[in-house]
Amino acid sequence: MAGTNTGSPVFDRIMTTVTSGSALAQAIQGSFPTAVTEVYSTAVVLDASAIVGVCGYLKDAPDLAFDYLADLTAVDYIDYFEVVYQLLSMGRNASATLKVRCQGRKALAVPSVTGVWHAANFLEREVYDLFGIDFPGHPDLRRIMLFEGFPGHPLRKDFLEFDHRTIAAAAQERE
Amino acid sequence: MVTANPFLVNMGPQHPSTHGVLRLRLVLDGEKVLNVEPVLGYLHSSKEKLQEEHTYLQTVPITDRMDYLAAMSNNLGVALAIEKLAGIEAPERAQYLRVIMAELQRVASHCFAQAVFLQDLGAWGGPLMYFLREREQVLDIFEMVCGARLTYNYIRPGGVSQDVPPEFLPAVHGFLATFPKKLDEYEGLLTKNEILRARTVGVGVISRELALSAGFSGPMLRGSGVDWDLRKQDPYCVYDRFAFDVPLGHVGDCYDRFMVRFYEIRESLRILHQALEQLPPGEWKTPVPIVIRPPAGEAFQLIESPRGMLGYYLVSDGGAAPWRFHVRAPSFLNLGALNEMLVGSTVADVVAIVGSIDIVMGEVDR
Amino acid sequence: MINQFIIDTFAGVLPEWLIALMTGVTGAVGVLLFALSCALAAIWIERKLIGRMQIRYGPNRVGPKGLLQPIADAIKVIGKEAITPFGVDKVVYAAAPLVIFIPALLTFAVVPFAPGAALLNVDIGVLFVVAVGALGVMPIFMAGWASNNKYSLMGAMRAIAQTVSYEIPLVLSLVGLVLMAGSFKMEDLVLYQIENGWFLLLQPLAALIFFIAASAELNRTPTDIMEGESELAAGYHTEYSGFKFSLFYATEYTHVFAVSALISTLFLGGWGTGPVLDQVPAIIWFIAKTYLLFCVFVWTRATLPRLRIDQLMAFAWKFLLPLSLVNIMLVAVLVELNLPGIVVFAVNAVLAVVLIKGWAGLLSARGATVEQRVYIRPAAAQ
Repeated sequence: MAGTNTGSPVFDRIMTTVTSGSALAQAIQGSFPTAVTEVYSTAVVLDASAIVGVCGYLKDAPDLAFDYLADLTAVDYIDYFEVVYQLLSMGRNASATLKVRCQGRKALAVPSVTGVWHAANFLEREVYDLFGIDFPGHPDLRRIMLFEGFPGHPLRKDFLEFDHRTIAAAAQERE
Repeated sequence: MVTANPFLVNMGPQHPSTHGVLRLRLVLDGEKVLNVEPVLGYLHSSKEKLQEEHTYLQTVPITDRMDYLAAMSNNLGVALAIEKLAGIEAPERAQYLRVIMAELQRVASHCFAQAVFLQDLGAWGGPLMYFLREREQVLDIFEMVCGARLTYNYIRPGGVSQDVPPEFLPAVHGFLATFPKKLDEYEGLLTKNEILRARTVGVGVISRELALSAGFSGPMLRGSGVDWDLRKQDPYCVYDRFAFDVPLGHVGDCYDRFMVRFYEIRESLRILHQALEQLPPGEWKTPVPIVIRPPAGEAFQLIESPRGMLGYYLVSDGGAAPWRFHVRAPSFLNLGALNEMLVGSTVADVVAIVGSIDIVMGEVDR
Repeated sequence: MINQFIIDTFAGVLPEWLIALMTGVTGAVGVLLFALSCALAAIWIERKLIGRMQIRYGPNRVGPKGLLQPIADAIKVIGKEAITPFGVDKVVYAAAPLVIFIPALLTFAVVPFAPGAALLNVDIGVLFVVAVGALGVMPIFMAGWASNNKYSLMGAMRAIAQTVSYEIPLVLSLVGLVLMAGSFKMEDLVLYQIENGWFLLLQPLAALIFFIAASAELNRTPTDIMEGESELAAGYHTEYSGFKFSLFYATEYTHVFAVSALISTLFLGGWGTGPVLDQVPAIIWFIAKTYLLFCVFVWTRATLPRLRIDQLMAFAWKFLLPLSLVNIMLVAVLVELNLPGIVVFAVNAVLAVVLIKGWAGLLSARGATVEQRVYIRPAAAQ
């Protein structure tokens, strides 16, 4: 923390342990040797097909116990889309970041992790709505923010023109 | 057992107790809820996309509009995330001011949550306005500090926008002197009220497992007995310098959540006392360029907002505007398990349970 | 008084049936005016009182202290567009707000405002009140059913369940009074109270049951489940606007007022003054008591949350009904023993406290476990 301590008591500083990418990769590779494709300092990139298995393993393994899905979102990097999973272990007070990449801009699909964490339900629906990434295995994959039939996916980088007329027409058609 | 044909009722988006524009499609059998489906998006304004068009400093006021009942916490979250991304350190006085503002905001937000929850239960007369009166005092203090009562834009990357005026400390001390007595009074009026207990005890029970799996946070999580408060578990700012307790619920029903909020107000007051005592002199802001250009990379910052874990996930490409600006909205996730909570209860319970979640639709829909 | 004047003046001059008609009409008009002006006053009092309880000023713009606010409201609401939604049952929809006014007004007919000043001094006044009170639910169901709205229908369903349930303890609590006074006539009940002390003191249990059961029929918090703003929007009158809505609104206050008048007649000695202050006219006493009771209703409304429907029904059937039955037995025994008033009061008060405490303890096993919940865990446990 910046500055000098002004005589205030500092209690035992507990902090969430950020699991390093290499440690995470090591833990995953024990059970899923081909799952990890890239390792960063605080994150690992996984193969899309392995995500459900890895997530289930990370949740259930007693020495990992990532029982909480803090966040699930996506980033559009033009060449590929990246789905980012932020995991927390409340018991161990540790965090981890997983990533999955989908190449291209069409027919994007990442298996759904709703079976592992209930929280993924809404989060995946949001990503599906705003990025157009499909989550096979999701029990109820519908748009959540926008109405069915909305043209395009707004958080994609190629969604530039906000055309009122197209959207109004789509809304009218829906009615 | 008499059964009727199930019928569908749209509760909201125009309804007195859906906290804005939440719409619930309820399938009812008489009074009993058979199925519920939340329909979101009525307040969706694509704020995440908007942020990609703004410089980092300009993103702060937009976060005000998300959780408009806890704008200070939103400011704090995004400021910390940008600092993490750009490697900025805020001076110590700013850290203390941030804690003070965030805790005052928690008091205000919880007061409002209690007020609205009571209104949902039908106690729209006295208790509602008493809590709003206390919240008003906090808003007056905020107005004194930054000139705004709801959307502050006060906590910014690098510190806070301006130092507090000289009359700020007496005002907060005055608030801290009077508020606990009133809080005792309200607690006496409410928590032992038989009707309130009848309406909340055992209603909307969330098990520990469901709370974890569904990504609940804040009083929703702690009401179910999970000891997880980021101010303790991952102290940001200077939260590690204060002594406070984390109130935990027992069963996970509406009453637990209601009481957890009550006790959190008290704990916030404890933190405020200590923070005011320790508040150091000095700079309140490190010089930060108007256009921050953080190095390419990403940052995920979680803070404990009144409604739960508020997260900001920023991705920078080295440019002036964030490449991706994602908000992990606690209200959004807290709404995620409505089916598990509501099915089997009655229409009156729906209102009580949704009220106990304490949602802000500006944050849910973003 | 006016009627007496008419009878004195025209006796022998006009045929008897005409005199009867004239007295009837003047009396009816008088009671009607009284009820309506009370409703207007009640609206002002409630808004002002609740405003004060909510740390607000309440109406203070129209007229001195906002006294003309109800009139301004009435003018505004009459000027509003009367929207008839699509798909309503037109006849029933239009009739409901008119019909709903009748039971509230009819109650005033048998209430003795002063000695001999009841519009209908019928021998079965108590039964009349009960019968008319039960009528009040019918227009609510008409409104709810005709509105073609699910909220309205649910409100109406709740209203029926609630009224039917609360009618029973209401009637049973009155049986005790009749046993003691030996008459169904309202005036006799008041005279008995003037002689022997208020029924509030003689039968506190019956008074409490009647207060709760009567307030349950008024659709005000804590028992406003048929309206339940935060649940059912506005319940049975969700679809009403303009003048039709204002009729529902005014009826609510007339109804509260009628119940206040009833309670002050039945339990607070009506126009009777007690031992002191006999020089104040009886009608002033009666009206003062009625307004005081109205303020109590406002107070409970401003403080308490709302019950859920199943809890409300359970309260009627499991709590009020057994207690009112016990009360009848108790009163019968006491009447048979023919004890002096002070003994009756003592016995009844003690038994009321014991019964309420004991029964409530039996019913709520929940209280104890809630008390044990500790929210700040000791440091060792964390």
